[in-house]
Amino acid sequence: MSDHKPDVSTFTVDPKYLTKDGITGLARELTTKEKILEAARLHPVMATLLIMGGLATILRFTFGLGTVTNLDDNNPWGIWISIDLLCGVALAAGGFVTSAACYIFGFKKFHSAVRPAILTAFIGYALVVFALNYDVGRPYRLPYPLFWSQGTSSLLFEVGLCVFLYLTVLFIEFFPAALEWLGLKKIRNVVHSLTIVLTIFGVVLSTLHQSSLGALFLIAPSKVHPLWYSSYLPVYFFVSAICAGLSVVIFEGMLSHKYMHAKMDKMTIEEHDGVMFGFAKAAAFVLMGYFFIKWVGVAADNNWHYLGTGYGAWFLVEVIGFVFLPAVCYAIGYREQNPTFVKVAAVWTILGIVVNRLNVSQIAFNWQLPSDLRYFPHFWEIVVTAFIIGLHVLLFRLIANRMPILYTHPDYADHDEDVAEPAHGGGH
Amino acid sequence: MKRRSFLGLVGAAGLGASLAPAAAQAAGNTHFTGYKDSFGVVFDATRCIGCRKCEAACQKVNDLPTPKKPFDDLSVLQDHRRTDAKTYTVINQFANPAAPEGKTFHKFQCNHCNEPACASSCFVKAFTKNPDGSVTYDASLCVGCRYCMVACPFYVPTYEYDSALVPKVQKCTFCHPRLEQGLLPGCVEACPKEAMLFGKREEVLRLAWERIRSNPGKYVEHVYGEHEMGGTAWMVISPIPFAQIGLNEGLGVTPAPALTAGALGAVPIVVGLWPVLLGGLYGINTMRERAVKKEKAEAVAAAKQETQEAANAKLQDELKKAEAAAQKKMDAEIKKAVDEAVKAKVAEMEAAKGPSEGDQKEAD
Repeated sequence: MSDHKPDVSTFTVDPKYLTKDGITGLARELTTKEKILEAARLHPVMATLLIMGGLATILRFTFGLGTVTNLDDNNPWGIWISIDLLCGVALAAGGFVTSAACYIFGFKKFHSAVRPAILTAFIGYALVVFALNYDVGRPYRLPYPLFWSQGTSSLLFEVGLCVFLYLTVLFIEFFPAALEWLGLKKIRNVVHSLTIVLTIFGVVLSTLHQSSLGALFLIAPSKVHPLWYSSYLPVYFFVSAICAGLSVVIFEGMLSHKYMHAKMDKMTIEEHDGVMFGFAKAAAFVLMGYFFIKWVGVAADNNWHYLGTGYGAWFLVEVIGFVFLPAVCYAIGYREQNPTFVKVAAVWTILGIVVNRLNVSQIAFNWQLPSDLRYFPHFWEIVVTAFIIGLHVLLFRLIANRMPILYTHPDYADHDEDVAEPAHGGGH
Repeated sequence: MKRRSFLGLVGAAGLGASLAPAAAQAAGNTHFTGYKDSFGVVFDATRCIGCRKCEAACQKVNDLPTPKKPFDDLSVLQDHRRTDAKTYTVINQFANPAAPEGKTFHKFQCNHCNEPACASSCFVKAFTKNPDGSVTYDASLCVGCRYCMVACPFYVPTYEYDSALVPKVQKCTFCHPRLEQGLLPGCVEACPKEAMLFGKREEVLRLAWERIRSNPGKYVEHVYGEHEMGGTAWMVISPIPFAQIGLNEGLGVTPAPALTAGALGAVPIVVGLWPVLLGGLYGINTMRERAVKKEKAEAVAAAKQETQEAANAKLQDELKKAEAAAQKKMDAEIKKAVDEAVKAKVAEMEAAKGPSEGDQKEAD
């Protein structure tokens, strides 16, 4: 079995990293500089993102937010909050959704999806915190609310506390993969035995901060358009985060299968369709539930008359176009066992989450201000957001290419299934 | 370790909910209407002439940077301005055909809420509602998240966007340091028309209503800020509807902390109940799995036993049959042997006795 361990015991130099030495004519390994240039040549988009991101970072920390953002005294939160924080956290919900499904709700067939989902979530949350360093004025004080001066009446305090704790939980949940990679069997087994407790802890913390992100806006009823402002905001954010989490697991599986197939073991590949259709079915139900409770909010505040306005039309686009229709698409995909429908629905739902978070925090926010006082993101704000997304992809690939994420480490195949074997042998 | 961290979270979340002022009031059945004897100001829009003397005084007493256009340049009144990190108060001009000059002015500054949204929303307690009525900010705690700016219904807090590493939130302080010295706020002191009525909040509120009642038709019958967002220290009386001097009439009377009390109150409930529910689900699933396993094992054992028994029975049967067959065979053999022996004996005897044998046979 152990000869299937991909990449842990053997090291060979890929021929493409070898070049003829100019003097001796012998093949030699590339220098670090050459490796970087080669990587940049192979991945021009990523290289551009990293360079531009670096530039934006320098600008932000030398000239301040005034130079790199379009934020002002009326519009204190831009897309770094709307996308990097609100969407980032919602889309990282796949971690708690998948681990809860597998370990608590007993869907053992989803086991192979847990590690990639946990990794995606861990990187996601880590990058949310990383991105906050750009947005807050004094990033070096980010630990203040936790350890120095606790503003317990603030929803943001709850968000901060839960994100901090959940990031810790995700790190511990992810830790076994790193320990297996490092070959530290004993610690790994101790950490692994915490799985159930950590999973429950993760669901509690996720419930709290996912909903609290919606609850952040409860304090500003006069600024958020009535169709989006509702005392149910926390519930909406939590339920839609579940849809986001399920969709991201499907989406991540779709990308991994396309680009990292060689890293997967037999079990991951065999379980993939089951995970996809299982999650599709769940997503169809949850989205439909979400669709109905959105109307409960409209009815509870008697906001029907707003539906006839421009904002009303946009609300209908969101609720029908980005909630109801993807739910139907998922349902058809599940019933017909059609992967294309499921994948389309996953991307659709993810877009829907982005639309919703942008609506609550930007489009419906400050809706009464004249249009010349409204916010539109600055070029560098978009750059930083794209940079963060690029970092996510880069980190996922770096880790999943090295650690046992998409396959079960043969020494630790401790679940009910037979020992998994890499489908295509080890390595690239 | 897991138990300890769990208890820690319960404690933190419980604390969060119990310290939220609104939640405590909801439970206490009291209605907070501001600190007793706190100061208040009523801005009388019928008196303001838009001279900007208050703006100049504000800049002076707060050591704020000198603006590009001097304070006696009244052309800026044409634009609808707001405060910024270098300006704590501005006067804006609005059209009012009924007024002698055809215009009415509004002074914009922090309203110093009884229960401020900024203080409620701040996750490091950088804002304080002081007993003198002022709402002040402590830059030494501020992280710069700008949630106070999102939360404030009056768009008051401003931010030093041009500072890369040490930006501060800026807003009117009600001249809190001056109040402590027994001095009037800079703007109030500078006003040549006494457009700002300063005193104990309850007192100036009473005076405001007196003005409204004793001058029928001169004012809109409402003191803006008496109840808006739970009440503010700075209030406005106006000759024209408040929306026409740039004020939001749709704020409601709910103080900011009450808006988030429900969501905060749900936290300890989730922390308390989720582990029970999820643990229960996990337990149910484990139990079911174990039961299935057990049933399976039992079924296998039963089937095994049945097979065993059947095999045994068959074996017994076969053995019996074999025994019987052997017995039968043996009997047959014995009989055959006996018969043969008898026949042989008979033959022998017949041969020996000869005729006498035949006689004997006949006699039988």
